[in-house]
Amino acid sequence: MAEAVRLLAELAPHDGRILAGGQSLVPIMAFRLARPAHLIDINTVAGLDVLTVRDEVLHIGARVRHAAFHRLVQDGTLGAMLAAVVRHIAHYPIRFRGTFCGSLAHADPAAEWCLVAVTLDAKLIARSARGKRRFAARDFFQGAMATALAPDELLAETRLAILPADTRFGFEEFSRRAGDYALAMALAVLRIEGGVIAAPRIGVGGAEAMPRRIEAAEAAVSGRRPGESVFREAAAAAAAAIDPIEDAQTNAQYRRELVGAMVYRALTQACMPDGRSRA
Amino acid sequence: MDSNPSPGRVLGRSVPRLEDRPLLTGRGQFVGDIAFPRQLHMRVVRSPYAHAALRAVDIAAALTAPGVIAVWTGADIAGLPPIDFRDPAAEALRPYRQSLLAQRWLRYVGEPVAAVFATDAYLAEDAADLVTIAADELAPVLAADAPPASYAPGQSTEALVLRASYGEVDTAFASAHAVVALDLTIGRHSGVPIETRGALARYDPSRDVVELYGATKVPHRNRDGLARMLGRSTTAVVLKEGNTGGGFGVRGELYPEDFLVCLAAMRLERPVKWIEDRREHLMAANHSRQQRHHARVAVDAEGRVLALDDEFFLDQGAYVRTHGARVAELTIGMLPGPYRIPAYRAVCHFRLTNRTPAATYRAPGRFEGSFVRERLLDAIADRLGLDRVTVRRRNLITAAEMPFCRPLSVLGTEVIYDSGDYPLLLDKALAHIGWDRLQAELRQRRSAGELVGAGIGIFVEKGGLGPLDGTRVSIDATGAVELVTGGSSVGQGIATAMAQICGDALGVDYRRVRVVLGQTDRIQYGIGAHASRASVMTGSATHAASLRLRVKALEMAASLLQTTPDRLDIVDGVVIHRDRPGGASISLAEIAQHLAPDSPTLGDRDPGLTAEGWFRTAHMTYPYGVQIGVVRVDADTGQVTVERFLIAYDVGRAINPMLVEGQLVGGFVQGLGGALFEEFLYDDRGEPLSVTLADYLMPTVRETPPVEVLVTEDAPSPLNPLGIKGVGEGGITPVGAVIAAAIDEAIGVPGGVTQLPATPQRVKALLRASRNLGSV
Amino acid sequence: MSELANVTLVINGQTYTLQLEPRRTLVDVIREECGLTGTHAGCEHGVCGACTVLLDGDPVRACLMFAVQAQGSAIRTVEGLADGETLHPLQRAFMAHHGLQCGFCTPGFLMLATGVLEREPDISDELLLEVLASNLCRCTGYQGIVAAVRAAAAELRRAEA
Repeated sequence: MAEAVRLLAELAPHDGRILAGGQSLVPIMAFRLARPAHLIDINTVAGLDVLTVRDEVLHIGARVRHAAFHRLVQDGTLGAMLAAVVRHIAHYPIRFRGTFCGSLAHADPAAEWCLVAVTLDAKLIARSARGKRRFAARDFFQGAMATALAPDELLAETRLAILPADTRFGFEEFSRRAGDYALAMALAVLRIEGGVIAAPRIGVGGAEAMPRRIEAAEAAVSGRRPGESVFREAAAAAAAAIDPIEDAQTNAQYRRELVGAMVYRALTQACMPDGRSRA
Repeated sequence: MDSNPSPGRVLGRSVPRLEDRPLLTGRGQFVGDIAFPRQLHMRVVRSPYAHAALRAVDIAAALTAPGVIAVWTGADIAGLPPIDFRDPAAEALRPYRQSLLAQRWLRYVGEPVAAVFATDAYLAEDAADLVTIAADELAPVLAADAPPASYAPGQSTEALVLRASYGEVDTAFASAHAVVALDLTIGRHSGVPIETRGALARYDPSRDVVELYGATKVPHRNRDGLARMLGRSTTAVVLKEGNTGGGFGVRGELYPEDFLVCLAAMRLERPVKWIEDRREHLMAANHSRQQRHHARVAVDAEGRVLALDDEFFLDQGAYVRTHGARVAELTIGMLPGPYRIPAYRAVCHFRLTNRTPAATYRAPGRFEGSFVRERLLDAIADRLGLDRVTVRRRNLITAAEMPFCRPLSVLGTEVIYDSGDYPLLLDKALAHIGWDRLQAELRQRRSAGELVGAGIGIFVEKGGLGPLDGTRVSIDATGAVELVTGGSSVGQGIATAMAQICGDALGVDYRRVRVVLGQTDRIQYGIGAHASRASVMTGSATHAASLRLRVKALEMAASLLQTTPDRLDIVDGVVIHRDRPGGASISLAEIAQHLAPDSPTLGDRDPGLTAEGWFRTAHMTYPYGVQIGVVRVDADTGQVTVERFLIAYDVGRAINPMLVEGQLVGGFVQGLGGALFEEFLYDDRGEPLSVTLADYLMPTVRETPPVEVLVTEDAPSPLNPLGIKGVGEGGITPVGAVIAAAIDEAIGVPGGVTQLPATPQRVKALLRASRNLGSV
Repeated sequence: MSELANVTLVINGQTYTLQLEPRRTLVDVIREECGLTGTHAGCEHGVCGACTVLLDGDPVRACLMFAVQAQGSAIRTVEGLADGETLHPLQRAFMAHHGLQCGFCTPGFLMLATGVLEREPDISDELLLEVLASNLCRCTGYQGIVAAVRAAAAELRRAEA
């Protein structure tokens, strides 16, 4: 790692970048939209492949591939959620190369791991020749394809706190075809205590420049009994709260409708008796 | 003469394909797989402007880039004419043809402006990036149905207006019980094969021959077109076909790049290879389908159509390519479909815009026309409160009316439906899917809150376009059988089908028949493969040639075995006595030896065990079909899921049922793409937005429902000995119409879907509007 | 143009010693420098899957890797599927079930299916279809491909049992 960051420090000013999975970077280079003069391939760098739980925290190193999450990496809600979400990420062969941290560093608004990171308040560790920097996920993403990483920094590790044993989740994504980028997605994580929703986290992605938790939606469900009308309120709050991305295929009104639908469904799933997403 | 060969052993059977083994083991020879020593790679520099006046192309930096041998601009090919039409076309279209490289105007993003020739493909692309184009941008014309604008001094963007009519249309409308009018749009989409276009040209100065690899679809016609442009004899240009990664109509027409590689191979005296990338393909290979129809139909109280009147705008894009106005013609000629339509008028405004040029894509004009026609039939049913199937039945042409003459001309032939029992196929399709039970099921599901519905479409296709095709069959002294055709393989299995016909007619194992396709120096004439004609034309010619060869073989065998030909048969390449199969026999190899030029037994016969066969036809065949689809719509997202689909198709005679089914299912999935997913979008400056496969969406296996296929042979064509009608385009034709109808029923909005593709956003908008109006 | 890198690729058990520009993609090197043209490039941006090969047993898109990255890995392409003239069960199944027409997407599907079935022989039909959705075919409409892969999966499971 030391050599990797040293190289990055030396080459970043000369258009040098990190190459991890390459599943996003290489197509961009094929289109000649990006032309890094130097690529620092970290695929064989020791110490970047950590994938382990230590002190109630899941550590995910820079080289960990999406495919690692096809199986349960943690025996609890967090592991189940990651395994449920990963099935939505691109396609099978992409997952054998693309990396979790690479996805965060790339910061595509429709990337599932970015939504997960933000919704669960992940901690991100960046390394450079200058040392280490930590970020909270909500500060890390700064816009579409834009993060707080400096050009000479490598996103070395992501840390996700293990979720309490009775945590439930629901994840829903809408895309045109299986495996396409999400036009809207929602991740709901919550507990049910005394018959009412507690500690809700509702994250929305694919609909704005960055994924984020929607406080208005969380407020709509917090302390309420789970039920259709409660979910609808949260959905409506989320739909109203977002600043929707508009493009040739998706206008603002439709984007809001999709967000509402995804939030509603994610909440429904999260509150189902078995508490697991069946995505 | 023995004209009754043994009962066919493989004709009509789903035998394995001859093409498969090399393809499965990675030994195919697609044009990208071929390499010649010293070859150069061509990279095309393309216009970044949709509409501009070209001022200058600066190639100075490119010329000095590593590996670059030459860089051409319009000046380097200025003496050459624009790309001509493949068939005679209206004089009015000539000013709209495309030059090999842009001269004074840039008319679409992606238009070739310059060509770089370098020793390596990567270097060629590097150098191409260094070419700069100076141009004055002009406002693009993007609406084919807006009032025409100026294309060039003296030329309007309305290149042509095509008209056809028969019967008393206006009288019918005046006296109709009801009139229904629809405004329907089919979105721009196209074939998009998985292999992009490519061409590799090599000039052999020792023989003064230019060879072009990567040819397909219509090799002989293309050879002629290239020879004309290059100013060479047709014997000095040879097209050689290898494996082709799908055609669908868009690959195999002559594009600027095909000419450029040939010219470059001659001028630069090195082989020149060009393989486009996917982005180039999506903005430079032919587009298709974009039409807007204002269609009206006049009916009586029972829903019988009295007249159909259609005015439509065809978005041709920036130039008129090799097809001229063929798509417009086909739309007009085939729109009435399987219904009587006693009076008809169609007007097509053939308009140029600043988009990629358009041409034919599988079932050209019929995907569009079927959408219009079947939407009209559904609208009639809705308006009169009649059942959709009943309305169709009332209008269907019956078997008793065959051959049915439609007073229209398409592709130079009169439209005469050769045979067909449409009501019978309709009954079979309804029975196969269990239509009444299906309707009950769907009603029940709807009452439980699901948005589900079914749609139906009936259509007529065309096949067997003539006028003439020929093949040559030979057997050599080792018994090897070679069938030389002027056909073309685009992956459809034509070699296998032809081998089956030849093998059966001749009495040899089809696996021993070597089929030659797409080599223009092996046979003088050829029709290639398009318009669903290969099975009919090349198949019939193969049949004729094989029978003639059989006659020759038996005549010689009879003489050698001292008997008469009618007492002999050929089984597995050996001539035997019909009633003494274990007795005296002679192999075809030996017969060929006896027919060798130096054979003492030749007599005054012509040497060689070889025969030619021709098949002539003045009319096309008309296969026909019924398709039924079931969809489910997600009320929140507008996403449409096709749950089930039935394709019923009468092919006259199936040479290989497995291949027939493959064509139908493959065509269907492309139709599904056009109905729900595929569209070439542009921004308001004419910049194409669908330039990657992540933007231009094609169905994956997950979007594809289980498809049931019902192939019938109830109406063999009387126009050829085997009764074949052709099948290449039968899967795709009505898919847009059927899915639109199913969506309408699912969301409870009659006539709701008026535009393809029916994207989730559009369907959601229909749902939203219908809720606002208080319906549903 | 950058300096050439020395790269050794092992493809279908055979070693190729090359000097390459680092920017050359794996699919281009397999096809050109190594002469194995069975792997096809359909889009060069990682969507169509025609370029799928196995890298240390994992199905990957060869157009999304630089050849230099494959140093030290075992690559398998479609040319390595058959055992001499004996076809792999997947190849036989594609032929029997009409899983190919033009054949351009076929090597990608064969390697994808080989990869997933070797890694997960007991994969459920639902997940198998998810995996097959990774690749595009324009000719067959997928029906033949699905039938072929299902049949081959069943045969391979029987062989293992």
